[in-house]
Amino acid sequence: MTQISLAKCKVDQLVKLCEEFGNQEGELINVLHKAQELVGYLPREVQEVIARQLNIPVSKVYGVVTFYSFFTMTPKGEHPISVCMGTACYVRGAEKVLDEFKRVLKINVGETTPDGKFSLTSLRCVGACGLAPVVLIGEKVYGRVTPGEVEKILKEFN
Amino acid sequence: MENNITLKIDNREISVPKGTTILEAARELGIDIPTLCYMNLKDLCIKNAPASCRICVVEVEGRKNLAPSCATRCENNMVVRTNTMRVLNARRVVLELMLSDHPSDCLVCAKSGNCELQDTAIKLGIREIPFAGEKSEFKVDLSPSIRRDASKCIYCRRCEMMCNDVQTVGALGAVNRGFSSVVMPAFDEALIDSECTFCGQCVAVCPVGALTELSHTNRLINDLANPSKTVIVQTAPAVRAALGEEFGLPAGTSVTGKMVAALRQLGFAKVFDTDFAADLTIMEEGTELLGRLNAFLNGDKEVKLPIITSCCPGWVNFFEKQFPDLLDRPSSARSPQQMFGAIAKTYWAEKMGIKREDLIVVSVMPCLAKKFESERDEFKTNGDPDVNYSISTRELAALIKETNINFMQLPDEDFDAPLGESTGAAVIFGASGGVMEAALRTAYEIQTGKTLENVDFEGVRGIENLKEATIDVDGFELKVAVAHSLGTARKLMNELRAGTCKYHAIEVMACPGGCIGGGGQPFHHGDSARIKARAKALYTEDAEKSFRKSHENPYIVSLYEEFLGKPMSERAHHLLHTCYFNRGKEIIEQ
Repeated sequence: MTQISLAKCKVDQLVKLCEEFGNQEGELINVLHKAQELVGYLPREVQEVIARQLNIPVSKVYGVVTFYSFFTMTPKGEHPISVCMGTACYVRGAEKVLDEFKRVLKINVGETTPDGKFSLTSLRCVGACGLAPVVLIGEKVYGRVTPGEVEKILKEFN
Repeated sequence: MENNITLKIDNREISVPKGTTILEAARELGIDIPTLCYMNLKDLCIKNAPASCRICVVEVEGRKNLAPSCATRCENNMVVRTNTMRVLNARRVVLELMLSDHPSDCLVCAKSGNCELQDTAIKLGIREIPFAGEKSEFKVDLSPSIRRDASKCIYCRRCEMMCNDVQTVGALGAVNRGFSSVVMPAFDEALIDSECTFCGQCVAVCPVGALTELSHTNRLINDLANPSKTVIVQTAPAVRAALGEEFGLPAGTSVTGKMVAALRQLGFAKVFDTDFAADLTIMEEGTELLGRLNAFLNGDKEVKLPIITSCCPGWVNFFEKQFPDLLDRPSSARSPQQMFGAIAKTYWAEKMGIKREDLIVVSVMPCLAKKFESERDEFKTNGDPDVNYSISTRELAALIKETNINFMQLPDEDFDAPLGESTGAAVIFGASGGVMEAALRTAYEIQTGKTLENVDFEGVRGIENLKEATIDVDGFELKVAVAHSLGTARKLMNELRAGTCKYHAIEVMACPGGCIGGGGQPFHHGDSARIKARAKALYTEDAEKSFRKSHENPYIVSLYEEFLGKPMSERAHHLLHTCYFNRGKEIIEQ
């Protein structure tokens, strides 16, 4: 017997959530959206509960989770970093800034540092093109970021 | 059917029924459009046409893009060209791109010579791969039955269709997107930790070497060369109906005699038959059926009906993982493979004065789940398995070729006694419905004390997924059902769970068509007529046997007299029965 364990309150919430969607297989994406809102990410245990409730193989759930970049199986860091890769930021060197974050933190996009402090994502346009390239850390906005400033910015959170 | 669509393919006119695809129409004209992901097992109603590989593209006049012929329906006055420069170029580029992300270890690949990607590269005359780029790399996953190498996956999704739509197992699924797409178990788990039942149907349909069997051929060669070991073999009923295909014989040619001769030439000390153990299975399972039935007739409310067959290890894995709440329904009888091993390593070994540790029992099976089954702890004595290992029909064919045995020139030889004798009832175990029919032949006679004049139960024969029959047993209407493919079995189990099941006995075989369509059989390459023909070979052999009821097998009679006592005796229980385990997933709430 394979045992999957998850906190009872979380299981109850997920069960309720699936019920709200009538435990319908066709509602899988909606259920996953809500579940990610609830838990912050979609770890294996959450996917197993959803599979059981919707009566579908967990491989199907996992297939959908890995297909859409919106869904993540990695918990977000304490300070989530988003680097804008929209056109304006991109042409002003956002890729180099992103690469510097990857180098310093030793993680890739979509990953979280082992100490859980930082996670790294890229997004498309935050509507502050005048400040390009833009980086968001938590709620804080950094404008006209250069690769040379990355280490200094990160130190603010130590 | 009404032919109401007329079109032209390569300047030839054809009329086809509405709904026919261009590919099907072209094949009717003898135009062989290459395909990779497409597979249509017509007789079994199993079809894969996701139009994902794009090898089968054709040009349709008036249409801007090339059309995938497997998924494009014929329309009136359509003008289709299957071999223009544009089409040929497109196919080549698609294939070259596929090959650019495929390992080039064809010389040592288990699928070499049987690979549809290789065949297509030959057909399209590919001489170089102009695209150099990133390659998908995955670790190889070895399970007791299946070797999974996702690096070779071409994303045809046939295995996914078999695993999900036909078998409803759901072990394999499409993961990720774009270049990193691959078919694998959830969370990149090993098959052994997934829902996999080892039915092997993914292996049976994989066009490339991504899914193959775990081979024991080298182990067998070593054991046969070891003079201190006595190596004996048992062959499952379905093997003889398919082995000939590997030597160019038409499907449905029974090669029992040649197979026995080949095994003897390979150096097995004794060539025995799993059919003997199939007769033994009927004695035990039939007795168990009558026991439960008579208890039911005597008003026992607690009796567990229907009784369900337990010969098929893929099915056993399925119900242990998916229906752990119903473990008391299947018969406790072990599969014929395991009954054979248990008897060979006790009764026969003692008779011959061979020590257990010096005896190696090998089985030749149409099945990959049998490899897993032989490794189960319940079937070991002090760590020594009753059946040391199992090889597939394909592995046997390859070994015969490797050892220069000219199969076609072999004389017909007979199995050795005593574990080689069997009845017609045992032979038909290899086809869906066979176990039920064999059980009915014996159970009827034991229950009524009358001779069964017509032993052919036509109602349980055939390729349909679900067959039902009602048999009059001295006034009692015995209701039986026969299911093949795990998806069909799931429907019956759901009825059972819901309390709406109306049968007294159910036979389940995991593979489409039964063991003849097993995961270890020669590759059908999408031709379901081959599976049908194999069944015919078994029923013909049954009709030609002098004994056709398991309880009439003289060696079975003496096995009980000399050793086991009677069916379901204590010794029979110990050696021939088993128990099942809850291997389902449980979510623990903390």
